[in-house]
Amino acid sequence: MNVIIDNFDLFFQGFLKTLGIGLICMVGSLILGTIIAAFRVSPVAPLRAVGTLYVNLIRNCPLTVVLFLIAFGLPTIGINQSYYFFGCSALIIYTASFVCEALRSGINAIPAGQAEAARAIGLGFTQNLRHVILPQAFRTAIPPTGSVIIAMFKNSAVLGVFGVSGDLLGNAIILTGSRGFDPVPVYLGIGFFFLMITIPAGLVLGYLERKAVILR
Amino acid sequence: MTAENVAPGTDSVASNDVAKPGARTPLVTMTSVNKHYGALHVLRDVNLTIGAGEVVVVIGPSGSGKSTLCRTINRLETIDTGTITLDGKPLPAEGKALANLRSEVGMVFQSFNLFAHKTILENVTLGPIKVRKLKREAAEKEAIALLERVGVATQKDKYPAQLSGGQQQRVAIARALAMKPKVILFDEPTSALDPEMVNEVLEVMTSLAKEGMTMVVVTHEMGFARKAADRVVFMADGQIVEEAEPNAFFTNPSSERARDFLSKILVH
Repeated sequence: MNVIIDNFDLFFQGFLKTLGIGLICMVGSLILGTIIAAFRVSPVAPLRAVGTLYVNLIRNCPLTVVLFLIAFGLPTIGINQSYYFFGCSALIIYTASFVCEALRSGINAIPAGQAEAARAIGLGFTQNLRHVILPQAFRTAIPPTGSVIIAMFKNSAVLGVFGVSGDLLGNAIILTGSRGFDPVPVYLGIGFFFLMITIPAGLVLGYLERKAVILR
Repeated sequence: MTAENVAPGTDSVASNDVAKPGARTPLVTMTSVNKHYGALHVLRDVNLTIGAGEVVVVIGPSGSGKSTLCRTINRLETIDTGTITLDGKPLPAEGKALANLRSEVGMVFQSFNLFAHKTILENVTLGPIKVRKLKREAAEKEAIALLERVGVATQKDKYPAQLSGGQQQRVAIARALAMKPKVILFDEPTSALDPEMVNEVLEVMTSLAKEGMTMVVVTHEMGFARKAADRVVFMADGQIVEEAEPNAFFTNPSSERARDFLSKILVH
């Protein structure tokens, strides 16, 4: 177990990096997921088709496949960026498909009368989404969206294996590989630091859920 | 506006077939309107003209198409054939123009449909701020005046679920009025209310009617129809079976279908 204490700085830096990746990807996937969800409920058929295609393609592919396609595909069309950029992009694109569906469950849970009342006072589709539907959908969708975001924090581990350096998994590979430490205590430590992210995230979600509840 | 109201009984002979809108300018005109839900023909060749300032009460058995009729006027329901015009202009298809039209047609729903995540005041100001582009301050001032008028101003910072059904429906009326509509559609506004709350809503509606608001009211409240309506439209099986001035309709309906309906609801 000394490996954790002796290499605490490496663990802690990895923790910060993983947390940073997670926060960036959380914001990114919430925004992209909301846009795709708006597409999927849009009155414009081509937008709905784009949204449906996106979800069905991305959600049904393994994250690693999305990651490799982006990391090796984008450079062939002239987009050369760091692994960090590719890794975060892939995680955002992948997670957004789940966020979209979680949000859509929230949208579907809103009584149809809410949108009708909004239309009846003359709100357009975007105004209706922004002021009436999404604020209620976000709150209703907190539990499923929260699960998606927690899964995303854990999925970010793939980025370390893939070549993004300095995150928890990347540092674990260094410790167990070139430095030759026993994997069991190293991964116990990695697990501990992941829990340090995901357990508080779960508590925050529980708090948000209680706070945002809509009485009907 | 009161001068336009036809005194009950004065022309009951003529109005037994079609109550005449008098000298009113037509505000809503429905011509040969048809609508199907799959195999069900919910509106069959409906023709109806609603004059400015007129209060039209639509009654009829469940499934007769009266709610559908009401909802076609602001295009919450689309129609298959026929035309509907508001102020002489046909209803626009989707888009900005339709949203503009809807802002001029108020709607009050059976289940209130107040925005559950917004306070009472926010419910009333949302439309004026976002659609009529009023400044928040001005919108709130108007909203509070409207809430006072319907008697729920003291509840303005609460959320809809904290109010009684009757209070919620009065807020819904204030929300519709805040858009300064040309006509308000009431789709069974008291059907979801506990009996002791029906009157507080009907009182607000009656005072609106007296002030000359153009109203289309789908309801089962025959007392309101007698008291406040200029004309009663009786629907059955998707058709307008009979139109008459209320006194004539309730005392001497001309159609067998209406007689049958009235005998079922008026005798207990």
